[in-house]
Amino acid sequence: MTNSTLIVKEKDRLKQKLLLLGGKVEENFNRAVSSVENRDVDMADLVINTDRIIDNLEVDIEEECLKILALHQPVARDLRFIVTALKVNNDLERIDDHSVHIAQHALFFANKPIFKFPFDFTAMSAITRRMLKDSLDSLVDLDQNKAMSVRAMDDDVDDMNRAMYEACEKGMREHPEQISMYIHSMGISRTFERIADLSTNIAEDVIYLISGQIVRH
Amino acid sequence: MSLAMKAIDEQLDTAEAKKKVDAATKVKQVTESVKPAATNIKISSKNINFFYGDSQALFNNNLDLEVGKVTAIIGPSGCGKSTHLRILNRIFELYREQRVDGEVLLDGKNILSKSVDVLELRKRVGMIFQKPTPFPMSVFDNVAYGLKMHYRISRKEIAERVEEALKGAALWEEVKDKLKKPGMALSGGQQQRLCIARAIAVEPEVLLMDEPTSAIDPVATSRIEELVESFKKKYTVAIVTHNMQQAARISDITAFFYKGEIIEVGDTREFFTNPKNKQTEDYITGRFG
Repeated sequence: MTNSTLIVKEKDRLKQKLLLLGGKVEENFNRAVSSVENRDVDMADLVINTDRIIDNLEVDIEEECLKILALHQPVARDLRFIVTALKVNNDLERIDDHSVHIAQHALFFANKPIFKFPFDFTAMSAITRRMLKDSLDSLVDLDQNKAMSVRAMDDDVDDMNRAMYEACEKGMREHPEQISMYIHSMGISRTFERIADLSTNIAEDVIYLISGQIVRH
Repeated sequence: MSLAMKAIDEQLDTAEAKKKVDAATKVKQVTESVKPAATNIKISSKNINFFYGDSQALFNNNLDLEVGKVTAIIGPSGCGKSTHLRILNRIFELYREQRVDGEVLLDGKNILSKSVDVLELRKRVGMIFQKPTPFPMSVFDNVAYGLKMHYRISRKEIAERVEEALKGAALWEEVKDKLKKPGMALSGGQQQRLCIARAIAVEPEVLLMDEPTSAIDPVATSRIEELVESFKKKYTVAIVTHNMQQAARISDITAFFYKGEIIEVGDTREFFTNPKNKQTEDYITGRFG
């Protein structure tokens, strides 16, 4: 049976690590966006190098979760918290992998002539950033409404990504000499779309944590 | 960071508390509404009040046990779990100062009625206790005892049914060469399975198990749990346990007793992931009890 005092301490430690990871992933995403906007090679390198720290933190959190599951066999709200932590941990690590992809695209564009993206980079990065931030805030505040609002925003990002494909196709036809630029643009847009999806996953896990209801499908 | 931690905990508590308020105010409705649907109910306890002399131990309890399902009864010491079980085959009547009000319907018939043959009742509703209780006789005779009491059958048939019962209790392979040895010479886990064989030899319809694994080691516990799982096909099973994980592992329905009242009854998977009642949640997560 669960020992209340011990598991509360373990959960506290896990929460601290999860919030630390969330903060680092958010920070690295912002750096990745900035490295594209400012054609900043150093910033892109920093994003890529920070990924290793985030990977280590993810492994550490997973081990912490497995230890709590094995030693405390949590149930009810404790179980939901550990399951949510495991899933959010995984999603955050993948979000950071996508930030690395954005930074790699930034390195590609940094030494190329200025290129106009076939989508609204500022708007798409802003809404993705907002979704990531709100999903993490919904976890900190256990705010179900905020988590629901993240789900609603996902459709906007999907629409932007879809429109981008059409714009790319048109651009490639008109400017075949810029095909590689368009391919990298598609990569960035697709990455924003994936980060938005993963932020939605986090929000849905928060809804599960609070209500016990699985709302994914 | 620590402030954020605190905020999470407070928020969680508030959110949980808010969610539970309605449920807490509707304890009785919850108990009523989550009762198994009126299909396949084997035993239905209705408005049970139980007294040890002047002291009341159960308060207006309602609990249904379904055919083909294992119902786990959990709760802190002294909450009335075992008391409830002991009513279902009237074993409490062995003590003069104990009495019960209410009805227990077995296949729709009130078994608390004076006209009910208690011996026949206990054949239909078998019981396994916390500590193994082999009789001071051979392994064979332990199992044959109930058969001889309830049936007039040939020695050959008794031997066949003893073997069948020992196989049903997953003990046959271990004792087939020592059937004449004293039952008390077996290990604790084997003794408990011997008692299970004795109980199932008379082909009961319901098996009541009162902390059947609390006095035996983890390997023996695991064997008994496998047995309980297999019993679902044949019997209606109720098991009292202090082991939360055991309840979660082997039961289909879980009932939480507290201070003589049934606080929550529900599907076990739901019960251990998202209980409806705050007291239930606090108990199973170790916040009290």
